[in-house]
Amino acid sequence: MIEVQKKQKLVKLFASTFYLSAFTFGGGYVIIPLMKKKFVDELHWVEEEEMLDLTAIAQSSPGAVAVNASIILGYRIAGAVGALIAILGTVLPPLIILSVISLFYTAFRENPVVNNVLRGMQAGVAAVICDVVISMGGNVVKEKNILSICILLGAFVASYIWNVNVILIVLVCGALGAVRFLMGRRKK
Amino acid sequence: MIYLELFWSFFQIGLFSVGGGYAAMPLIQEQVVTQHQWLQYSEFIDLITISQMTPGPIAINSATFVGIRIAGFGGALVATLGCIFPSCVIVYLLAKLYLKYRNLSLLQGVLSGLRPTVVALIASAGITILITSLWGEGGFVPDFQAVDYVAMGIFGACLFALRKWKLNPVYVMLGAGAAGGLLYFWL
Repeated sequence: MIEVQKKQKLVKLFASTFYLSAFTFGGGYVIIPLMKKKFVDELHWVEEEEMLDLTAIAQSSPGAVAVNASIILGYRIAGAVGALIAILGTVLPPLIILSVISLFYTAFRENPVVNNVLRGMQAGVAAVICDVVISMGGNVVKEKNILSICILLGAFVASYIWNVNVILIVLVCGALGAVRFLMGRRKK
Repeated sequence: MIYLELFWSFFQIGLFSVGGGYAAMPLIQEQVVTQHQWLQYSEFIDLITISQMTPGPIAINSATFVGIRIAGFGGALVATLGCIFPSCVIVYLLAKLYLKYRNLSLLQGVLSGLRPTVVALIASAGITILITSLWGEGGFVPDFQAVDYVAMGIFGACLFALRKWKLNPVYVMLGAGAAGGLLYFWL
């Protein structure tokens, strides 16, 4: 009986993560509230308080937030097997969809209509990224922290003008954040 | 050998894309376009465009797209695995630490240093995309004759819709595609 229930739970976990991943456009920031709705409000597998903790961990870890969140939710719900099932559910939809698109891409890229549509979308994507940068950059400026603004400008110059390796920039700026945190704590 | 290279490249993308969403974009560009030349820059922009229109994280979408083109479906699987492997390990470790100490403040200190970095890196990648969209593959030239006015109009209209009306990016992209299809055909 318990075996059957466990199996049903895993199937449900897979179906839920697959569905969320297949129909959520807009990445990590959108999928987390939807996961909360599914696993906290509907299925009652996780407490609301705990969901906040899990979200904090998912957002603090590197990698895609949607994948991180599904790993930790799956683990919390059904252990290591749960984590695997949840990853599978989250990764399969983009894997399938992009595989199909890749197949058509080579065949259709030279088509003049497709080419025109993609050219229009390219301008659209530039606008979407511009919008993201304005929103995120605005939040950084609002903090009114001089180091943050220096990091923003420095990282931009290093990346755009000097073409410094992205990983190196991430490592240096992460270290700066750690130093700032440790110095702030010493002052207290 | 190519499997190993794909795995390692996407492992690095997974490990260093901190801050979610678009943070992976500059890393993907560096690994896939600059270092390995698996995609041409124009194909990379297509990939970002397609990712915008499909569900799923950009990094996972890219792993599939690049993997399949370089080494077939096996390549897609290997690249995707590489991409999620660091997540699995680090999420697991962080969860352990968090449950033990209920405190991630040093990590959050590191992340606070990375937030402005991520903005800068996304801006840097975004400007290159914008310039390519307006002036083509050749890059910026100080000549107004060379500007693609259709692209400029679509860019302006989209940015307005996003900032002013907070329109869902998927609809904005659909509109931009439709506008491109019609305007480039007529003009």
